[in-house]
Formats: sequence, C-alpha cells, structure tokens
Amino acid sequence: MATYAAPIPQVSTHHVEPEARGWTSWITTTDHKRIGIMYMVTTFVFFCLGGVEALIMRVQLGAPSNTLVTPQTYNQLFTMHGTTMVFLFIVPMMAGIANYFVPLMIGARDMAFPRLNALSYWLLLAGGIVFYASIFWNPPEAGWTSAVPLANSVYSPSGGQDAWIYLAHLTGISSILGAINFYATIANMRARGMSWGRLPLFVWTILTYSVLIIFAMPVIAAAVTMLLTDRHFGTHFFDPAQGGSAILWQHLFWFFGHPEVYIMVLPGFGIISEVLPVFARKPIFGYKAIAASTVAIAFLGFLTWAHHMFTAPIPEAILVFVMLSSYFIAVPTGVKILNWVATLWRGTIEFKTPLLFCVGAITIFLVGGLSGVFLATYPIDWQVNETYFVVAHLHFVLMGGAVFTIFAAIYYWFPKVTGRMMGESLGRLSFWLMFVGVFTTFLIQHVMGLDGMPRRIYEYDNVGNLALYNLISTVGSFILATGVLVTIINLARSLKVGVAAGPDPWTANTLEWFTTSPPAENNFDVIPLVRSAEPMKDIRREIERRSTGRTVSDEAAVPAGATRVGL
Amino acid sequence: MGHPLPSVLAFFTPQSGGSPNANEINSLYKITLFIALVIFVLVEGGLVYALVKFRARKGAVAAQIRGNTRLEVGWTVAAALILVALAVITFSKLAAIQNPPNSGPAGDVLAGDHAALYASAEPKPPPNGKSLNITVIGRQYIWQYVYPGATEPDGLGAPYSYETMVVPTNTTVTLNIVSADVVHSWWIPQLGGKFQAVPGYHNYTWFKISKPGSFRGQCAFLCGRGHARMIATVKAVPPAQFDAWLAYQKQLIAQANAAAHAARAKLGSQAGAGQVGNP
Repeated sequence: MATYAAPIPQVSTHHVEPEARGWTSWITTTDHKRIGIMYMVTTFVFFCLGGVEALIMRVQLGAPSNTLVTPQTYNQLFTMHGTTMVFLFIVPMMAGIANYFVPLMIGARDMAFPRLNALSYWLLLAGGIVFYASIFWNPPEAGWTSAVPLANSVYSPSGGQDAWIYLAHLTGISSILGAINFYATIANMRARGMSWGRLPLFVWTILTYSVLIIFAMPVIAAAVTMLLTDRHFGTHFFDPAQGGSAILWQHLFWFFGHPEVYIMVLPGFGIISEVLPVFARKPIFGYKAIAASTVAIAFLGFLTWAHHMFTAPIPEAILVFVMLSSYFIAVPTGVKILNWVATLWRGTIEFKTPLLFCVGAITIFLVGGLSGVFLATYPIDWQVNETYFVVAHLHFVLMGGAVFTIFAAIYYWFPKVTGRMMGESLGRLSFWLMFVGVFTTFLIQHVMGLDGMPRRIYEYDNVGNLALYNLISTVGSFILATGVLVTIINLARSLKVGVAAGPDPWTANTLEWFTTSPPAENNFDVIPLVRSAEPMKDIRREIERRSTGRTVSDEAAVPAGATRVGL
Repeated sequence: MGHPLPSVLAFFTPQSGGSPNANEINSLYKITLFIALVIFVLVEGGLVYALVKFRARKGAVAAQIRGNTRLEVGWTVAAALILVALAVITFSKLAAIQNPPNSGPAGDVLAGDHAALYASAEPKPPPNGKSLNITVIGRQYIWQYVYPGATEPDGLGAPYSYETMVVPTNTTVTLNIVSADVVHSWWIPQLGGKFQAVPGYHNYTWFKISKPGSFRGQCAFLCGRGHARMIATVKAVPPAQFDAWLAYQKQLIAQANAAAHAARAKLGSQAGAGQVGNP
C-alpha cells in the first residue's frame, strides 16, 4: 500500500470563466454538452410532431370508411410520421444523448472535433426545416421508404418528394460527420486506464452505431442522389422503361434501411446495459458477451436487408440466405436479453423510473423480436409482409429498443444535465400509461394484419372485426400519448422545482457522475485513472477507505490494483 | 370476408382455407407461434420473477456476479438450436407452399403445358405441366387478369377481366404477376402469400381452390392515393361454369374486335389508308 499522502479524491471543479449567456452563445457553441442539449430538445420536438401525425392517422382509422382526412393527406401523414421518427427523432436523439454523455463517460473534455460536431447539429436542423417546410406546399406522399416508380417525377411530381430527398441528404451528412466524430473521440480520447474492456457499454454501442452509420449512410445518399437525378436530370436508374430497375431501389434502400434499424436500437441496448446494473446494485452480467453481441449484431445487420423484400421478384437462393442470416441475428439479440435478466437476478432492485422504462423496454422489445422471427421465415412473411403485422412488429421493436430506452435515458440523465431530479410519481404514471398504451395500440395490430389489413391504407371496409380492432388500437394510441404528455409535464415541472441532484444521485458506476451536475464547461478538472469497467465504484470505495481509515466490506470483490485511485 | 377458422387460435393466425399453400403457411405459422409463446413465457417469466423476488429489501445484499461462461455459452447454443430447428421445419414445409400440385380429377380440362414466357425468378409449373396460367397486371388502381387464349400472334385478343378473377375449382391456377405502372402487391389472404407486381419484372405464385366461393383481397404495396381501394376478388366456380364464362368473354372480345375492324375499314375508306395512324 502506498505510504505517501495522496490527496483524497473528491468531486471538485473550479469556475473557469464566466459562462456565455444568451441565444448567440447557443448558436456559436462548440461545447458537446450544449450541442447535445440542442440535439435532444430539437429531436424531442420532432418526436412530438411525429406523434401528432400518428394520432391523426389513428383517429382516421378509428372507424371504417372514415372521411376525416383525404387519401392524399393520409399518405402525407404516414410519410411524414415515418420519416420524422426515423431521421429526425430516433437516430439524432441517440446522437444527442451520445454527444452529451460519451465524452463524460470516457473522461474526455469534449468531442474530438468540436466544430464538426456543431456542424452535425446544424445540418440536422436544416434537414428538419427543409422537410417540414414542405407542409406549406405539398408534403411527400410515397412513404418513408419512397419506393420507385411511385417516388419518381411521373407519379410524385410535387416538390415534397424532393424535400424528402434533401432531408435524407442533410441528415445523412449530419449523421456521417457525427459518427466519424464519435469514432475518433472514443478511439483516441478515453481516460487513462480505460482499455476497450473497461469501456462503458453505452459507449460500446455508440462506437458500433458510428461504424454502422459510416457504412450504411453513403448507400442511402447514393440512392437518393440517383432518385434526384432520375426526377430532374433525365437519368433512368430506376425507370424500367429505359433499362433501369425498380428492384434496385429496394435493394439500395434496405441495404441502408436494415442497418438503420440497429443504428436506432443498439444505443438503446447500451442505455439498458448502463441503467440496469445501477438500480440492481450489481455489475452487468457478462460484460464481454454484451459488448461482443453488439458487434455481432452490427455485422449481421448488413447481411439481412433482403428480408424486407421477400415478396419482391428475387431468386430463391437469396430468400434462403436472408432467412438464415435473419435467424442468426436473433442469437446475439437473445443473448443480450438473457444477460439483462441475469443482471437483475439476485440483485437488490430499486424501482426508480429509469429502471421501469428499461424493464418495459425489454418486455416490449421481446415481443418485437419474437414477431421478427415470423417475418424472417419467408413463407410466413408472404402472408404478413406489408400488413399491420409489420406495423405492429416495427413499433414493438422501436418502442422497446428506442422510445422506452430514450425515456429511461431522460429520467436517468436529466439530473446530470440540469442538476435537478425528475418527479418520481409523475415518472411512474408516465411509464404505466405508455406501457399499457403500447400494448393496447400495437398488440391488436398483429391481428389486423393477419386478417388481411395492409398497411398504408387510409380507409378499410368493415370486414371481420376490423372496426373493433382499429378502435382498440386508436384508444391505445391516446393512452400512449397521455403517457408522453405526463413526461413532458414532468420535464417542465422538474426544471423549476426538481430536487437538487448533486453530482451522483443514483450512486452510479460511470465517470459522468464524477463531476458536478450540470458539469462545468471543461467537464473535469482532474480526470481519474480508470481501473475497471465501473470507475465510480472504485472511486467511492477509495473515498470511503481513506475517510474512514478502514477497508470496506466488499474489498474482496475489488480487482487487483483497484484500491488506489490515481489522480 | 369469411373467417374459416372461427376458433380462439384463428384469432392470432393468418387467413387460410382457400388453397393448400395458405393452409401450409398457416400450419407453419402455428408451429412458430407455439415456439415463440414458450420463449416469451420463459424469458418474461424470468424477468418478472427477478423483479418481484429480488426487489430491494432491508438487509438484502446484491450478489456481485459478473458472469458465468458456462451459462452464457449454454443459452447461446440453446438459442441457436431453436433457430436451427425452426429452419428445418420451414424447409420441410417449403415444397408444399411453393410448388403447385396437379389439378384434381374434377378440375378444368387444360390445354397442356404453357411455356415459361419470360426469363426471371423461375415460375414453378405443376408436375404435369398443366395449369390455368393467368397474367395478373397491377395498375393504378385496379387489377387486370388476362387469361390464356390470345387470338393475335402478338398475344392480343386474350380474354381478360378486371377486379374479379373467375377461376375453375379443383384446378391449379398459376399466376404471372406484372405491373403496368408502379409497384403493387397481389394478395388474397385465404389463397396464400402476397407477391409484388414490379414493372419490368415477373413474379409467380399459384393457388388451387377446392370448393366454389369468393375470396377477397387488396393491393398490399403502397401504390398511390387510391391504394386503399385497389380491391381484388377471386371467384371460384365449377369448371363447366368457368368454361362458359370464358367463352362468353371471348365472344364479347370477338364482337368488339369485329366492331373495331368495321370502324377502321370505314375510316380508311373515307380518308385513305395512308392517313390513318395505328389506332
């Protein structure tokens, strides 16, 4: 044991310089935390817009042969809803959370390229504005997948389709720049001692998210450029009458689109892997298996795109290959879920709102994962593809993998960002409303699809029980929306009257809790030496040891060399 | 649209009862559903049990377990084995779903084997090569069905119908699905899976209906503002009735052609043949 009088580590940052105030300071900022906040606020606004679009659709479908909206408006609504949720909410929300927390979690003072980071945000905002500006003219109406020939200039002459193309371009460049930045930051700026085996699991998922974006986004960029030149400059990439191929679009789109699913859910898996151990007061079960399964899912995610095209005219060899690769990807995904259950096993679980949202996310994602097996089996897919069964499946996947994990992240990290706790009772109420809302809205949609209701139809005939099923789904969507509203109220309230959080309100494991809440602009005055995957545990143990002068009870569990926290 | 299986199980399974391929998909679905339900109950049961049993209590100490390699390898292998089993089951059912059987003895008398018209993802004829081959053409926003029996060398003059496809019972019907404009998707739930109609491509499927009846479906791929109203109905009638219907369609087309010939001849005699474009 060391004999020198090392200073007792403690949370201490000093005031560096007067903080810039006013709106210009937000526009000119390159601070990853402010950029992260702007990302999170912007994308949450888009989430609400996309949610309102969904509610209008659910009201339209609440009764058969309803005439609330025209077919044109309905097609615009689902195009806007899908595009908003994917390009303007989930992917950039994950980028926002990562922007704020990756540097803090790895003990860095900012991202590797702070100005590039600001550019990523402003490109995202530009993409969102260009896209939403189309509502004043003609919004796009070819679906978020914009399949050709429907999306070409003959069948979709309006500028809305071009707004969609520019959105894909601007958010795509934003994501690629952000991904390069995350990769460079994580690869180069980790605290001393934070080897790959000690990287927080959320950071592992953001690293993987970045690699997926770097490989997948250029494909959609190429595809939408080809669509743009087809529409306006006389090329015929997708025009069957001139030697082009309509199937080529589906291949290119889904070669991006399927990795995009993992771009959306892997960071959510990372959030679950961070939150569960904190509230079970137990280390994550199988750290290496979870990190490895993240990478395995990312790799396999590039081999399964054609399972979105099982009903297209493609050769049987591809059908078989893609069915097997899609089955295969269920293995690492299942491993993660079992690891999470094992993490809770024999813990002492504290039912705080972040934990509730994580457990809800696992349950909802489990349903989506299992319905995915049906869709991966191509003869079954022939029945359920492009129906409400798929709508149900993708919403279970994204509600569990993304929305619930994002809400867990909001409740978990709000104290760090604002210095105030969020209200627990409103949080619990919000969780239960959203959880019941998801199941009421989407479970019945499987049955609607099985009974023959295709997706993307603005009205349906009252055959079988479709009217009843749709009404149930519509009621569920309003329960879900009420749950979201409760969290919005909770956010607004907690900003004003939330209890002061202090640096580490959850007694958590990772380095973002080693600084004030909110952190000073330089994040840390001193960056601790990392000795395990749970550096805050080591730090707390060391503080206790030095301040009480005796070893703590679970000293035996500390890895060799972790008893002293170097500064 | 009738519910052929009005039981509790039918509630959560795909439509079937019209054609053997739909029935086979339905039974494959049920096997998968059973496996999925077992997995859901086990995993969710474990999760809920852990939440109830290991909630924080006074004096409880969390076990500091970081993993268990044997357990983790074990459940990875188990998950993989379940999926291997599912793949084997699927492959064992594939032939019955994909390959059309011969027509039944009570089926329509068919002219003989139809040559594969186009090279693409292969069409599958029945073993004896005989089926009623109908070309399904998707167009905004109506389905057109072209029957065999072209009278002109370029394939024109074949009988056709819109929206309602009339077919003989006990007869293997093979479909050649194409599109005239955007992507559509042919789907009659009780007659099996759906297949996209993509301009420039051919897609193939089949069905075989044993009893007279009517089967409803609709376009299943977003094709524009009229997508929701692009309905398709397959009406199965006894072979004799079908033959009569087809003969009547042929007669109507012959009459229309004759009228058109007469009109063209009249126009030609008035203005001179050289000035009349190809109508």
